[in-house]
Amino acid sequence: MSLRRQRTPHLEFADASELEEPLLDVQDLRTAFRTTRGLVRANDGISFTLDRGKTLGVVGESGSGKTVLTRSVMGLLPNVNLERSGSVRFAGHELMGLTPAQLRDVWGTQMSVIFQDPMTALNPVVRVERQLTESLRIRLGLDRRAAHDTAVALLTSVGIPAPEQRMRNYPHELSGGMRQRVMIAIALACGPKLVLADEPTTGLDVTLQAQILDLLGTLQRERSMGMILVTHDLGVVANRADDIAVMYAGRIVEQAPTKDLFSHTRMPYTEALLRSIPRLTEPSHTRLRAIPGRPPDLAALPPGCPFAPRCPYAQDRCRVEDPPSRTAGAGHRFSCWFPVGSPEGDDALARNVAAGVPAALAFTGAVPVGALSPVPGVSAVSPDVGTPAVGTPGVGQPGGGTIEGGG
Amino acid sequence: MAGSGTTQLRGEDMLLRVEHLVVEFGKGHRRVRAVSDVSFDVAPGETLGLVGESGCGKSTTGRAVALVHPPDAGSVRFAGRELTSLGPRQLRQARTKVQMVFQDPISSLNPRRRVLDSVMEPLSIWGIGTREERRAKASQTLESVGINPNDAGGRRPIEFSGGQCQRISIARALMLEPTLLICDEPVSALDVSVQAQILNLLDDLKRARGLTMVFIAHDLAVVKNVSDRVAVMYLGKLCEVASPDTLYRHPAHPYTAALLASIPEPDPSVAGDGSSPLSGELPSPTDPPSGCRFRTRCPYAQDRCTAEEPAIRALGPDHFVACHFPLGQPTATAVAPPVGATTPGSDA
Repeated sequence: MSLRRQRTPHLEFADASELEEPLLDVQDLRTAFRTTRGLVRANDGISFTLDRGKTLGVVGESGSGKTVLTRSVMGLLPNVNLERSGSVRFAGHELMGLTPAQLRDVWGTQMSVIFQDPMTALNPVVRVERQLTESLRIRLGLDRRAAHDTAVALLTSVGIPAPEQRMRNYPHELSGGMRQRVMIAIALACGPKLVLADEPTTGLDVTLQAQILDLLGTLQRERSMGMILVTHDLGVVANRADDIAVMYAGRIVEQAPTKDLFSHTRMPYTEALLRSIPRLTEPSHTRLRAIPGRPPDLAALPPGCPFAPRCPYAQDRCRVEDPPSRTAGAGHRFSCWFPVGSPEGDDALARNVAAGVPAALAFTGAVPVGALSPVPGVSAVSPDVGTPAVGTPGVGQPGGGTIEGGG
Repeated sequence: MAGSGTTQLRGEDMLLRVEHLVVEFGKGHRRVRAVSDVSFDVAPGETLGLVGESGCGKSTTGRAVALVHPPDAGSVRFAGRELTSLGPRQLRQARTKVQMVFQDPISSLNPRRRVLDSVMEPLSIWGIGTREERRAKASQTLESVGINPNDAGGRRPIEFSGGQCQRISIARALMLEPTLLICDEPVSALDVSVQAQILNLLDDLKRARGLTMVFIAHDLAVVKNVSDRVAVMYLGKLCEVASPDTLYRHPAHPYTAALLASIPEPDPSVAGDGSSPLSGELPSPTDPPSGCRFRTRCPYAQDRCTAEEPAIRALGPDHFVACHFPLGQPTATAVAPPVGATTPGSDA
């Protein structure tokens, strides 16, 4: 017997497998916040599509607008000092302009979110059981017994041992990895077609990170869900996403199928991001190619390309005119006047090096991205792998700090 | 793993020599041995990287070395002096040469004080120089970490980004001209692009000032980049000590190998095999497993690992491991075929 009356749904969703259009189609999404410092443009014209069963990796530094993107797609942002426009079509329905009451038919059962910090996302004074069964009972209308059994099955599927005991625990009684597993179980409880994972492994140890990402991948395949995996770590998405969108200053500056993004990088920011990561395959004390400066203030964006002040390729034109959106092969879009690997780009970089532009100097002496040897595995005691010998670029500025030091 | 022993220690001429370090927290049956008989040394001008998962005792080790949290047992010899037996006054004096840089750059600066005052404070405490001299030195140090003192000195920490606050914290740590700098996860809270800036800065400062460093981090790629020697910790014990190139190319301890295999490689052409190399979580340090502490998660564990704690032994000239069956050694191949992974989280 169901104790709660079921609501009459506002929206009807067809089975995702019968869908002819993409599962999620976001066009020119703009999200901005009115603040005392002015309008903060957190998402400035975001467009992408996601098919059923596919993973889109969204990569960016803090402040690039990637978390706001997930909230804006779901319609979770409080409607105070908010400016939101564009189109978010999900499974044939336009979500933009729906009221929270209408969105309740979407949240949980159609799309759900896994938050970064499970300790603050879970309610500290409610046992795991009630947090898990709440949506099962309200959304799916299960009775207490059925909800309990489903919850136990969910905890088992996310790899929690002794689920019956864990159901009676409070969040603080669980370890960090366990909490994130509970978080995933809650997000998947009502069988959503799309999961937005917002930095699901940031703050977890590297061994736990591998476990949680593998778990997410397995569950996604089993349920053929769409997934948006938001992270600041290119390593996390390199082997797990079908497509990657790189965000900078509220825009997608480059988007491509994963392999293409790494092997045919076009946008200087993506290239710089890839090169600033310390690699296990490089000998110790290899000088890192840091990106000088820091991301721009979203309330006071410079004219032209937002990356221009830090870009080794930047020319006068970049500081004045917005770069056009260009394509390079199937599904590969980027916004740049002087793309990496093009004659204009090479020319621009050479000119900047000759002119002694600090960003360009910090960048010289490059290792080709993708020419990396594998990490020695558990059993592989490999002989000397050909690690590229990298010279230290002759720039003495500590970490390019002269630019950042301006405050 | 995990063993005790002092084989990995080198001569007497080390800047820092830590022997049989023990740090405990709590009382009675809840007593936790966070650091359990750890020994290591750091040569002058060297950077020792200390890695491990959260809860392995790496930060506690760093704090105990600086005597921020006094060790319960063991010896910390710094520049030929035994720090643990010093009285409070002498300790304060000796500790000026050992400085720390912390993980969260914003909360480690006083939000209500101007940056220049925070950086000057160590000199004010020790009454070094006149006010003008202190100010000049603070400005100079800020300059050397890439912060413009004229522009930034009068501002408060909230006006700076995480990377800039970390530069300011580093400047403050350098004011008393320390010989040993203990960096406790100095880049974990920073974005990758800024992380590279700070790592390059630390490398520059180390060379310019001849600093010796203990660099604590959980990111193995970062540790490899900065270190001359790496020590891997697990549940309060040392597993393996080696030069970074040896450790990363020929990990001998199963735990080191598992940690290395867990790192996501930012390159899709390096295909992962799609399986977590390590199942389960860190066992509770209140009730650590008998024998080798890593045995509950180790794919190679044998009966001997339950009964007997492995001692640290030498595998090569600068490669030490605490394992009965180290990888890549004849003994290891003779024993275990890797046992299939246990259920995830079975230890929790």
